[in-house]
This record gives sequence, structure tokens and C-alpha cells, in this order.
Amino acid sequence: MTTDIPAKSPEAAAVPPPGAAPVKQPAKQGHQRLLTRRDRLTLGLMAGLPTILHVTLVWVTALASILLAFTTWDGIGFDTIKWVGFDNFKELFTNNPQFWPAVEHNVVWFVVLILIPTPLGLFLAVQLDKKIRFSRVYQTAFFLPVVLSMAVIGFVWQLVYNPDTGLINSVIGANEPGKYIDWIGDPDLNLWAVLIAASWRHTGYLMILYLAGLKGVDPALREASALDGANEWQTFKNVIFPTLRPTNTIVLVVTIIEALRAFDLVFVFNKGAEGTELLSILITNNIIGESSRIGYGSAIAVVLLVISLAVIIPYLVATFRKERRA
Amino acid sequence: MSLTPSGLSLPGPSRRTLLRGAGGAVALGAGIPLLSACGGSGSSASDSKTVTVGSNSSDAVPKKAFADIYAAFGKKSGLTVDVNTKDHNTFQEQINSYLQGTPDDVFHWFAGYRMQFFAAKGLATPVDDVWQKIDGNFPDAMKKLSKGEDGKYYFVPLYTYPWALFYRKSVFQEKGYEVPTTWDQLMALCKQMKKDGLVPIAFGDKDAWPAMGTFDQINFRANGYDFHVELMAGKASWTDAKVRKVFDLWSELLPYHQEGAVGRTWQDAAQTLVSKKAGMYLLGTFVGQQFTNEADREDLDFFAFPEIDPAYGQDTVEAPTDGFMLSKAKKNHSGSVKLLEYLGTPEAEEIYLKSDPNVVAASTKADTSSYSALQKKAYEMISGAKSLTQFMDRDSRPDFTSTVMQPALQKFIRDPKGVDSVLTSIERQKKTIFASE
Repeated sequence: MTTDIPAKSPEAAAVPPPGAAPVKQPAKQGHQRLLTRRDRLTLGLMAGLPTILHVTLVWVTALASILLAFTTWDGIGFDTIKWVGFDNFKELFTNNPQFWPAVEHNVVWFVVLILIPTPLGLFLAVQLDKKIRFSRVYQTAFFLPVVLSMAVIGFVWQLVYNPDTGLINSVIGANEPGKYIDWIGDPDLNLWAVLIAASWRHTGYLMILYLAGLKGVDPALREASALDGANEWQTFKNVIFPTLRPTNTIVLVVTIIEALRAFDLVFVFNKGAEGTELLSILITNNIIGESSRIGYGSAIAVVLLVISLAVIIPYLVATFRKERRA
Repeated sequence: MSLTPSGLSLPGPSRRTLLRGAGGAVALGAGIPLLSACGGSGSSASDSKTVTVGSNSSDAVPKKAFADIYAAFGKKSGLTVDVNTKDHNTFQEQINSYLQGTPDDVFHWFAGYRMQFFAAKGLATPVDDVWQKIDGNFPDAMKKLSKGEDGKYYFVPLYTYPWALFYRKSVFQEKGYEVPTTWDQLMALCKQMKKDGLVPIAFGDKDAWPAMGTFDQINFRANGYDFHVELMAGKASWTDAKVRKVFDLWSELLPYHQEGAVGRTWQDAAQTLVSKKAGMYLLGTFVGQQFTNEADREDLDFFAFPEIDPAYGQDTVEAPTDGFMLSKAKKNHSGSVKLLEYLGTPEAEEIYLKSDPNVVAASTKADTSSYSALQKKAYEMISGAKSLTQFMDRDSRPDFTSTVMQPALQKFIRDPKGVDSVLTSIERQKKTIFASE
């Protein structure tokens, strides 16, 4: 930074004042003045503070939890931390009956979000883009769930799915002995029940993203394809959708993040009981709360970190490669 | 930069905004220690006239009851009690960091293993001086519950309540049911109730702890109190034939439990008893909270879980006990001791019971004349017990019960046939957890 600014500013100072001939001398002084103590302090603060915050809040904590993953610790006093090597991971991979289901559910979460809300959000966006009447009203209605917090959504849907008094079972008469449908407790059903709630929210989110993308499509492209005699579907498939590529990338990233950080909805819904275990919930159950198996919980967190990196690194590599080519 | 005469004013303001941004970052940085300080409170109240209390009684009824006790204490001693109430579950979940940070002088807690754990970790102060004054107020079973592993007192009990099978007197009368005292009678009653179109035993295990209550009852009836203690302490094996027997008995009883239990809260399950759709419900006396109608409440009664092995009869009662502990970082020691002494008197217990009729006093000195029929019965049951247990998650390591037992029992309830794999899995996980002492 310090080398950048003095290199540029003499030019900048030299260009605008047209009548000022003896510019060179003051410019050199300005060069030095740029690095007064106050400026250095400012720059130091500007660069230093965010760096300190970032390092302490992101890197130090991440590294600490990686280190803790190889220990056992009950969270009380630092002298109780004990090094155990790979024991936590061994325990996790071989003995924890909830771990593999949790990994599987995170994957299912991602696949479902890609298969259902993504096309649905795109479909809604395309419809809303057609300047139909009341489009603002529909837009608001579909976007509303995104405004609600996940915890509220979990609470609302939990009322809908309640086996005794919930909306669904009351309407279809499945709240009597012998006919129960246990949407919340049955491991064959509850993940799908939660995913409907998650998709309900995610659709609105993706709709807005796609709508923004569609507004950016050059109208000339539509005209051109209309002149070429393409019908609506052909126009969309061959002209509009390819121009939405940047939006698709964002949607993919957003959906991956959503699948990995899925937590609040399920935690409120049924605390991650059998059928809805998620990595994030296992971490919380082990670390937070009275249990305080901090080393073990950190090991699960490290697994989640590795999965995240496995997804993010190829994406970043691809992006950088593209930039270099450009 | 501002010296250049040409009106290059842009850098000026932008630097100012940046500085403002930096200021924001500083404020953010300063916010971090502030956030961690949220764990404790009442740091301002360090004078000798105030005692701070950390409370988990976030529900309206007990909150009011405690406020009444502290008001009475204030009148008597001239000390002010500064209460810091937190949501019940949040309090429990944050207890580790709370006690290590800046805890209040006195805090609400539970008797049993959970109390001994913090005592052993040095996060609580012994209260032997308090017990010199209140010793005569409590029966031996309560004294045992109040001691840490080192034999010192760490706990002052306030109230307790038993777990039992609850039923509606009117339903039993109408259908001519009789209170079962043996396992066979219980099974016969369940069959009859099912025939009569009732749900024999209401059940809701969405919160994952109610099933532990059922396990405890069957376990100490079939295997006795000593085995309960050994099993909870991680000494006995979960693959032992004795444990297997508990699950076999439970599998017999499970078809008579309310369906879809894992998706139902205990409150919803209690409603089926309120509405007379269910015949019985195994829970603590706090089930009475769901009986808001006075007539319904009068109709509520309970009986001890039936005998399974005659060698143990019905000699054990599960009676979780709540009370107070003294934190390690107390700021007002003499005031706290005075408060704890007061809390250990029958007087304080009577004030509490006036507002919360679902529990009974831990002290045998407390006046029982104002007790309801239900409270009297609970009191008799507890004082007549040979041994008192606290509850699975209070008698064992919380990390074991919350991360292993809760999901395992939910799994068993849903699929009782898979019990063998559940038990071997419990035993394997137990070994790791109890090894990491």
C-alpha cells in the first residue's frame, strides 16, 4: 500500500491543475508529506485493525479448533487439555452412530436444494420477469420467507407438522391412534419434512437472485432471437439461460453454503433427532451445553472444515484460472 | 494532500470516512470482551449489602415464588438479593462458561452427580458452615445428596418431586381399574385400557429426556438401586444381561405407549391425559402444570411404578432435587452464607411451595398441613423411600447422557428390535467418554 500511493499520486496531482507550472517541486514535497506520521498511523490502523480482527477471529480460532481436535478437554481450565492424537477421529469414524448419517444428510440437503428450489426459483423468476400484473405482489410474497429467520421458520413448520395438533395431520385425519404420521420423529419422513421447509425459503432467495440476473439480460438478445424465429422455450434455452452463467455460479455457491451451514431450522424443528442429524448439530451438541466434549466436537468441526475446503478450493482455483486468462 | 490548491478535496473526506470505519472496527474489537462479559452479571453489585443469585427459574410461577423468598429474606436480614434469571435450558447449557467467568454468588443447581462434578472441578465453594446451622432440618437421604465426593457439603436443597405413574381418578373409577402393584398387573391393565379404546400410557420424547425416566424406573425396579448407581457411574456394562432385561421388559410395555413419541413434546403427551384419552403417564409431578383447570387437577393422582423383582420391591424413588450452590468467585461471602442458611429453613421452603404446588419441600421440618392431597402423597413416597435417585441425566455424566443416551433411547423407542446394536454402541461410546476423566 505504502508503495502504491506515492507512485500514483504525483501523476494525479500533476494532471488536474492546468495553470500550475511549478508543480514538480511541491509534488516531491507532497510525496514526503504523504508519509507523515499521521498518515502512517491512519494507514496502519486501516490495514492493521481489520488484519488483527481477521486473524484473531478467523485464523486463530480455526487453528485452535484444529489443534483441539487432537485433544480431550472438558472446557474447564487449560490444564485439563490432554493430547490424544487421532483418537477423536477414530472414535468418530468407527463408533459414533450419528456421524455418517449426519454427513449423508448434509449431502442430501445440498442435492435437494439444487434439484427443487433452484429450478423452481428460476421458473418463478422467469414468470415474474414477464411484466405480468401484480408482479411486485408475487415477488414480495415469494421473497417473504427469506426475510424470516430460520429459527422462526423452524418453529412455524414444527407447528404445521405437529403429530397431534398440527395442520397436516388434523386435515388428513392422521392424528388418531393407529393412523399416526410422525412427521417430526420418524426418521424416514422427518428429513424430507424439514427439507420442504428449507426449500420453501430457499426458493424465494434463488428467485430474487435469478430475477436480478434476468433484469441484466440485454433486451436486444431477445429481439434478435425472436427475429430468428425462435419460440419462447428455445429463446430461454439457447439465449437467456447461457447469459445467466454468472448468476448460476452464485446460486451454486449460495446453495453449497446453505447445505453446509444448515442448522437453526433443524435445531428448532427436532434438535437433530434420528433422521435429521447434521454435522453442525453434532458439533453444537458436543461443544456447547453441559456436555463440553470440546476436543471431540472440534474433531467434527474439522471434518466439516475439510468438506468445506474440498468444495471451495476447486471453485477458487477455477475462478483464478479464469481471471488469469482474461 | 489537503495542501494542494487545486481542489483535490476527494482524498480528505474519503480518509475521514475510512477513519470512521476504523473507529467502527475499534468499537467492534471492544465489543468482544464486552460479549464475553455477558456471561456473568451484577458486577456493579459488589457491596456488602447485596447478594447476587443466578437463577434458571425462568417460568412465571417459580420465578415469582423465588422473588417472594428473597423479599422475605431481605426483610429479615436487611440484605438485598439481586437475581439474574436466565432461560432454564440456556442456563443449563452455559453453566460451564458461566461458572468459570464471573458467576453470581449463589446459583441454582441440581443435586447428585451434576453438583459433585462442579464441586470436584473447584468451581463451587463448600458450604459446611451453612450446614452447621441447617443440619437438623433435613433427612439423611437429603444430606447424602448434598455432599461432594470429598465428603464436604456443597449444596442446599430446596424442593424435590417424585417420578411416578399419573392417572385420572375418575377414569379409573368409571372403568373399574385398579392401581397395579406388580408388573403383571400393569401389563394386564394396559391390555384392558387398549381394549377400552384408551392410550394406555401417554408418551412424548421429542425433548429426548422423558425416555430416560422410563428406563430408570424399570432399571431400579428390576435390578435395584445399587445397579443404577454402578451403571450411571460408568462401572457396569451396558451389554450386561441386567441391562438387556430392562430393555426386554420395556419392549413388552412399549406397544402400550402412545405412538409417534419421538415427535411429541411432554406437554402434548400430558394433554392426552388431561383430555382423558390416555390412561396413565409416567412423569414427574410437574405434569400438574398442564392441568390448568382446578377440577382436573383435583382428579389427578399417581402411584409408584409397580414392583418387578420382589427383592427390590418399590424401595427406590426417583426424586430429582433442586437447590442452591455457592460459586467459587463469590463477592459477598458472609451475605451468601446468610442467604443459604435462610434457604435451608422450612420457612423459605413454605414460601416457595405456596406458589408452586407441584413440588414438595426437601426439609422434613416444613409444614405439611397446607399440602394438597397430591403433595402429601409425594411427600410420603419420598420420605418412605429407602433410596433416592436423581434422574439419569443428573446421576451420570451430562456429556454421556446428552450425546449418547438421548439419541440411543430415541432410536430404541422407534425400533425396539434393534436393541442389541444400540446397546453395543452405547457401551463402546461409554468407554471412551468415561475414560477421558
